[in-house]
Amino acid sequence: MNWKWDMFFDAFPFVLQGLGITVALTIACYIFAVVFGFVWTFLKRIPIKSVHWLVSWVMEFIRSTPPLVQLFFIYYALPMVPVIEISLNAFLSAVLGLGLHYSTYIAEVYRSGIESIPKGQWEASTALNFTRRQKWTKIILPQAIPPTIPMLGNYFIIMFKEVPLASTIGVTGILHMANTYGSHHFRYLEALTIVAIIFLVLSYPAAILVRKLEEKMNRRFDKNELLEENKGAVS
Amino acid sequence: MEIFPVLLKGINVTLIVLVLSAILAYLIAFIAGFGRLSNVWIIRKFTGFYIEIFRGTSLIVQLFWFFYAIPMLFNVNLGNELMAGVLAISLNYGAYMSEIVRGSIIAVDKGQTEAAIALNMTRFQRMRYVILPQAVRMMLPEFGNYLIQILKATSLVSLIGMTDILYHGNILRSTNLAMAPTIYLLILVFYFILALPLIFLTRKMESISKKGVAQS
Repeated sequence: MNWKWDMFFDAFPFVLQGLGITVALTIACYIFAVVFGFVWTFLKRIPIKSVHWLVSWVMEFIRSTPPLVQLFFIYYALPMVPVIEISLNAFLSAVLGLGLHYSTYIAEVYRSGIESIPKGQWEASTALNFTRRQKWTKIILPQAIPPTIPMLGNYFIIMFKEVPLASTIGVTGILHMANTYGSHHFRYLEALTIVAIIFLVLSYPAAILVRKLEEKMNRRFDKNELLEENKGAVS
Repeated sequence: MEIFPVLLKGINVTLIVLVLSAILAYLIAFIAGFGRLSNVWIIRKFTGFYIEIFRGTSLIVQLFWFFYAIPMLFNVNLGNELMAGVLAISLNYGAYMSEIVRGSIIAVDKGQTEAAIALNMTRFQRMRYVILPQAVRMMLPEFGNYLIQILKATSLVSLIGMTDILYHGNILRSTNLAMAPTIYLLILVFYFILALPLIFLTRKMESISKKGVAQS
């Protein structure tokens, strides 16, 4: 064993400096992904076959290629693409890269929520002369989104754990701080362990919270169904 | 087009890491999945601890930890980057997949166990001939999905100095920044081509797992 506690306590405040950025990046990426997930969902619902096909494959491409390479593409390559020439700083590159990658996953979550709405709801809203917009905002989405909240919570935790990838393009989150500390002192052991502990301490309670939420949601939606069955029995 | 052959040099490293990590990850998934269902309290707690540790921290941190910290902590040399990379990836995804193994075994109807007991099967026979064959088909689609995840995760080994596709790409980019768009686009296409068979395999597995099962 080669563990040094003084190193541990020395590195702790240094590594902790990066926590703000890690959390901020997580939130920014997540918001991007949640919003852009809607864009994918609606693009995919365009009833033109070729568009649907194209959108599906673009999503598949983004989903099945490594987010690390996508980050590098956005950070190093976008400024060099002839017409576009957007040069983003490391933080924004990470938001765009990780946000876009996980938006394709979140779009699937939305899709599963929307598909779980019975056809009768659509027909009923058509019968009630709702406009297309009203159907979505008043009938479908209010029913489709709440059951997906635990899954969306899970993706927040997953996002939190993916964010250290951004240290490779120089976002100074906790992993980057640990690597900096390690290279200054020629010892990575304690600093990296601190990073692991921080991740564990933050993500484990969050995971338990999501699990609780999931149970609660399951109970709630089961109960609703039970109530409806009972109603049917009474009338 | 001198980029293409350079990237091609890295493809064997990517494939080796993918194959080794995938095999080891599936192995770990089954061991840990059974461990969670063990009758022995200490085994259950220990595998639970392992799973929470690896699911609670991120893969890139684990990778760095295996590569930089373990040799220092125990004064052992893990051998090389390949060992560290494969171990980190497979332990991480093994932890995730063990939950699928556990969930699928639990999801097999209780009547099946009872019937097997009624037929005087031993515990091993019950698992081997009755429960597992039904559980495995439930695991297949998720296993396919995780295979794609593992493929994506192999790109991380370039960070600890393994000469995979991304590593060669990064070196090429550092010599000629103007080529960056072509290089990274090609790398993405490379990974996508590697992922394509896995995507179709996953779809195939989905249809296998649905075949002959009553749909609710």
